[in-house]
Amino acid sequence: MGESNASLQLTPDGNLRHFLSIDGLDRAMLTRILDTADSFIEVGERSIKKVPLLRGRTVVNLFFEPSTRTRSTFELAAKRLSADVLNLDIGTSATSKGETLSDTLLNLRAMASDMFVIRHAQSGAPHFIARSVTPDVAIINAGDGRHAHPTQAMLDMLTIRQHKQTFAGLRVAIVGDIQHSRVARSQIRALNTLGVDEVRLVAPYTLLPNRPEVLGARVFSRMEDGLKGVDVVIMLRLQRERMEGALLPSESEFYRMYGLTEEKLRHAAPDALVMHPGPINRGVEIESSVADGPQSVILGQVTNGIAIRMAVMSMAMSGQLGDRQSEQGEGVQAS
Amino acid sequence: MTWRIDHIFPVEGGKVPQEPTSVLVDDGVISAIGGSAEGAEADQVTDGQQQWLMPGLIDLNCHLREPGPDRKGSIATETLAAARGGVTRVCTVPDTSPVNDSGAVTHLIQDLARRNGRVRVHPVGAMTRGLAGEHLSDMASLAGAGCVAMGNAGYATQNARVMRRCMAYARTFDLKLFIQPENPALAADGCAHDGVMAARLGLPGIPEVAETTAVNELLMLGAETEVRLHLGPLSCARSLDLVRAARESGQAVTCEVGITHLVATEGSIDGYEGIFHCRPPLRTEVDRQALLEGVESGVIDAIVSQHRPTDRAAKQAPFADTEPGLSTVESLLSLGLRLVSEGALSRERLLAALTSGPARILDQAPPSLEAGSPADFFLLTPGQSWNVEPESLLSSGAHAPTLGAELPGVVTLTALGGRVVYQA
Repeated sequence: MGESNASLQLTPDGNLRHFLSIDGLDRAMLTRILDTADSFIEVGERSIKKVPLLRGRTVVNLFFEPSTRTRSTFELAAKRLSADVLNLDIGTSATSKGETLSDTLLNLRAMASDMFVIRHAQSGAPHFIARSVTPDVAIINAGDGRHAHPTQAMLDMLTIRQHKQTFAGLRVAIVGDIQHSRVARSQIRALNTLGVDEVRLVAPYTLLPNRPEVLGARVFSRMEDGLKGVDVVIMLRLQRERMEGALLPSESEFYRMYGLTEEKLRHAAPDALVMHPGPINRGVEIESSVADGPQSVILGQVTNGIAIRMAVMSMAMSGQLGDRQSEQGEGVQAS
Repeated sequence: MTWRIDHIFPVEGGKVPQEPTSVLVDDGVISAIGGSAEGAEADQVTDGQQQWLMPGLIDLNCHLREPGPDRKGSIATETLAAARGGVTRVCTVPDTSPVNDSGAVTHLIQDLARRNGRVRVHPVGAMTRGLAGEHLSDMASLAGAGCVAMGNAGYATQNARVMRRCMAYARTFDLKLFIQPENPALAADGCAHDGVMAARLGLPGIPEVAETTAVNELLMLGAETEVRLHLGPLSCARSLDLVRAARESGQAVTCEVGITHLVATEGSIDGYEGIFHCRPPLRTEVDRQALLEGVESGVIDAIVSQHRPTDRAAKQAPFADTEPGLSTVESLLSLGLRLVSEGALSRERLLAALTSGPARILDQAPPSLEAGSPADFFLLTPGQSWNVEPESLLSSGAHAPTLGAELPGVVTLTALGGRVVYQA
């Protein structure tokens, strides 16, 4: 699937046009995103936290599914880039009025928006939207169904790089509900692209896709085996409704088998990082003392989130503007 | 009125004769073919220009979308599309709106077909009222009104008890059941084969067992009730194993496969291609090969188009929200001929699965070019190809599986009862 994603996400000269998924992006591009984010971290430490990269541009946060944290970090990121930001919590209101998704988008495009940040409950919705609005609007995927949450994955990569400097040689375990997790799918792809040694998935078979191996990871049923010697442990959030669908017997059994306790963490490398995309369920997937412990980098992940989002927004905007110009044939060549 | 077509190669059973000949049609019936037709007197003479003359095809699974929302398709548009594909008999699936669960709806379909149809339309009645899977429909009355079989149109029955009673009741009147097998609890909210692509794209999957356990249950219930059972469209290799075993034990069961499942796999949905959203879902290459082998060996009796046109808007959405189904009746034969040219299928078996196989399932005389047969046939230029483009399709649905592709075999003329119903 790399091919089709690459052609949709990249401009003909290889710049980022949309940021839909990690699929189709190579190591050089992911590294460029991380390096750009690094440069924005410094912006967040200034007293005036603004750069003019997106001045005069309109960014629309289109959230078809509720979210507070992701949306506010996108909003902050856009504002730090000096963009005008419009937040639209669409939920199901537009569709309940009988408007199709295509019509909603055409209306928004008519408002001369430059970028949509999209969260949608259906896998592939940002792809569909990108296909219908290219080249006028750049699309940033803020999470689609079970498919991808690429900015979350990249901020996790940034966190790992800050602590481990390099990806080569790392062993990473992702624990919990892989099947329903867009975060896990993006993380696995990003880790493999950046060249870690091994990605492991630790979960009961009810929380794994039918063909987990195609994701590019080794599957472990016992947490002790899966954590053995790993350098990074990524815990995923467990949704309460998994108990309803006969996927899990109870929270307590899940915690006993797959919750990250101090005792289980001892199987990992002594300097292993503990990560979690949040919000965390203390006592369901992670013990409080581990979440707040010395190996936890969970809070650093939030700060990095703003820098990563600034990075992909500025990169996609410049790629998209270049694309728009070449489509209009406004010969900026030789300038 | 008599009509003679000269310079044609009559192609039946897959063999192409060495020398061209003529066919003579008298009052809608083929009165002579071969030497006795050559030079015979006729009111009208057509030069067949060395094309193949082939008996009209039968499509057991075709959605004409009428009665129903008219932007999705009509009997006029979809039967014209069928005629262009060389199809002269179609069975309409009962999931019309309203559902074809009463003699009144059956009569309406037949009236519309008489007035606007280009091919013979054989309605399939709904097996349960409203296809809701709870109450038996008036099956005997539906059959009396002209339904050739009763079906579930892919809808589940509430439980196995309802299914068992449908079968027992159908058997009372020796009615055939057309059932698309799917275990609703296992299919749940799935929209793609539960395999590699679903895992990567993060789409809820429909596992293979959603089909195989349903096939198994239907075969058990069918054996017990001794109903005449027709299953499909099937999508999995293992479903064929089950049908083969049942047949070997003497059970009266037949099955069908959709043309799209013979030419495409789950890989087609990469990039969230909503066009390829269909039920059953496209599965793996192993399954596709097994389905081809099933047609070749005869376990599969019929290849169907599973034509299901829809409007553009219904395919313009995120994958899971798109309406399942493809517009296939126009490319049915050409896709089959491409499989033949690739060596994946023999021409003989392809044509049998589009003519004599489905005819047997319907208890109808097989399409034939022999003297005495109705003049339902078409002319095909086998060496010519055509481009599948949204604008060039006659169907209301522009979502064909091979958009942009060049397919072999162009139908230039289709006749029904000696009357030209389509001409390129």
